[in-house]
Amino acid sequence: MISLAGRDIMHAWGKFVFTGMGLGLLIGITLSMAGIYRGMVDDGKALLDNSGADLWVVQKDTLGPYAEPSSIFDDAWRGILGMPGVARAANVTYLTMQVRQGERDVRTLVTGVTPGGPGTPGWPPYLVAGRQITRGHYEAVADIATGFALGDRLQIRRNHYIVVGLTRRMVSSGGDPMVFIPLKDAQEAQFLKDNDAIRQQRRRTAANPAFNRPQVPDLLNAVIASQSTNAYVNAVLVQIEAGHDANEVAESIRRWKRLTVYTRSQMEEILIGKLIATSARQIFMFLVILSIVSAAIVAFIIYTLTLGKIREIAVLKLIGTKNRTIVSLIMQQSIALGLIGFVVGKITATLVMAPIFPKYVLLEPLDSLIGFGAVVVICILASIIAIRAALRVDPAEAIGG
Amino acid sequence: MADKGIRIEGLKKRYGKGDTAVDALKGVDMQVASGEVVGLIGPSGSGKSTLLKCLGAVIEPTAGRMILGDEVIYDGGWKVKDLRALRRDKIGFIFQAPYLIPFLDVTDNVALLPMLAGVPNREARKQALELFKALDVENRAKAMPSQLSGGEQQRVAIARGLVNRPPVILADEPTAPLDSERALAVIRILNEMARQFETAIIVVTHDEKIIPTFKRIYHIRDGVTYEEAGQGRDF
Repeated sequence: MISLAGRDIMHAWGKFVFTGMGLGLLIGITLSMAGIYRGMVDDGKALLDNSGADLWVVQKDTLGPYAEPSSIFDDAWRGILGMPGVARAANVTYLTMQVRQGERDVRTLVTGVTPGGPGTPGWPPYLVAGRQITRGHYEAVADIATGFALGDRLQIRRNHYIVVGLTRRMVSSGGDPMVFIPLKDAQEAQFLKDNDAIRQQRRRTAANPAFNRPQVPDLLNAVIASQSTNAYVNAVLVQIEAGHDANEVAESIRRWKRLTVYTRSQMEEILIGKLIATSARQIFMFLVILSIVSAAIVAFIIYTLTLGKIREIAVLKLIGTKNRTIVSLIMQQSIALGLIGFVVGKITATLVMAPIFPKYVLLEPLDSLIGFGAVVVICILASIIAIRAALRVDPAEAIGG
Repeated sequence: MADKGIRIEGLKKRYGKGDTAVDALKGVDMQVASGEVVGLIGPSGSGKSTLLKCLGAVIEPTAGRMILGDEVIYDGGWKVKDLRALRRDKIGFIFQAPYLIPFLDVTDNVALLPMLAGVPNREARKQALELFKALDVENRAKAMPSQLSGGEQQRVAIARGLVNRPPVILADEPTAPLDSERALAVIRILNEMARQFETAIIVVTHDEKIIPTFKRIYHIRDGVTYEEAGQGRDF
């Protein structure tokens, strides 16, 4: 038996392929949406992986430092380092801001890292060019997604930094590339005010009789000095010693330091389950809507193609063609349309859409496989309306009268 | 009269029920022998199409009897379980327009019927090509329907009606779109095929050009048929 669907497709292949390409663009967008979600999750995991931490010690009862503001004293790390099972502990600050470079500015996650060396928690684990930060001030390591180059001069608040190293895939959970600077600079940058505001604050402090006591002349200077320094960091990143259980070490820190501590799995849950949950739901809704639109388009196209063949279907039925042959004709065409659409969509998503999206788009093979299955199922379901129409065709229509 | 062919006795068809019921066929008697071509003539609304649909096992009559060859196919109810197979194997159809499948070439348009009956593709195409020789369209075997003239399309449609060697062929105004010369050519072909393949052919027509060619004619009016001897002129 010949393939009626195949012959029909080959007879009008141009129309069929162009229709499939149109559908393919829609499928490409659907795959890209799934890729954007995967990219967000991967960004979150990359942030955790690249921090080099096993535990995150943050302000008590907060979800910091990524999902909520967190502020702890910058000497807390010393006490944590002395606890059993802790191999390394390092302060870290995170500040999302626009970093200026010449005439342009780039949205980045400015990360303050403690002096040390590669392997210190918070440091970029590897570089693709240049070197790590070696000085205490005004050096920066930037992710290449910022577009900065070695030797570039960056402006963060009032200070300037020289890019001495470049790294890769160091991004925030929101996909913003990271710029690493020394911790002290980062602490200063977090609360650094402009000169007018500093003068205003000093004037207000001096006008306060509680701080400006003639009998305690150094008090005013001490208060002003405390106002212009920042003794807080957002978190302490902890690496635990081999052989120790992360949960036990975390519980010990919680108990003795009265701080909140998250393990890797808990932090992942916060990032994926809370921080990007709304975005994920939004993308899921887009996926649902796009799937429904795709199904409606396939259904409409196949229905229209079938209506154009009503007379032929009536003749086929009159000359004794079985219903299953006619069902197969319509369903095969629907699936063929879906296959063309999927191939075009996959190519479009991989080669055209993913590279031009500003955020990381991760196209997982498993998602493509699920997408392929969904396309086939949608095409089968979408052909039902056309199949019903075809099965209702009266063979007597071929005779007329 | 030969045993084969088709015979119908007291065939009735009623549409609707109660006060709105319409008797489209009021007891039609008809007999067409193998190898014979008869005309079925009647004005619009006389019941021609209804009779054709009953004969073609497309709609179910209300009463009567239909015998196809030696087999009773209807006797107050269908006596054949698979009407689809009955239409495929025992009844050939030729329509007013050729209604060829536009996405199949000429050979496969004809070979499709034996293929549907389970004949291997190669054998089915061989059967089609044999008919094309008889119908003088063998040189168009690979063409698509859209590449054929009206007369060629109608000959291919005749080949499709004949390919499964059915005992009866129902032709619904097969010459309507053709000029006199081509219309007579089609009737000549139908007569030749009827003789060659021992097929009974019923030609429903309004076409004044071909009516004189029938040796027997059934007139149908208000659901009743009247038999009349035709002129049987040469085509």
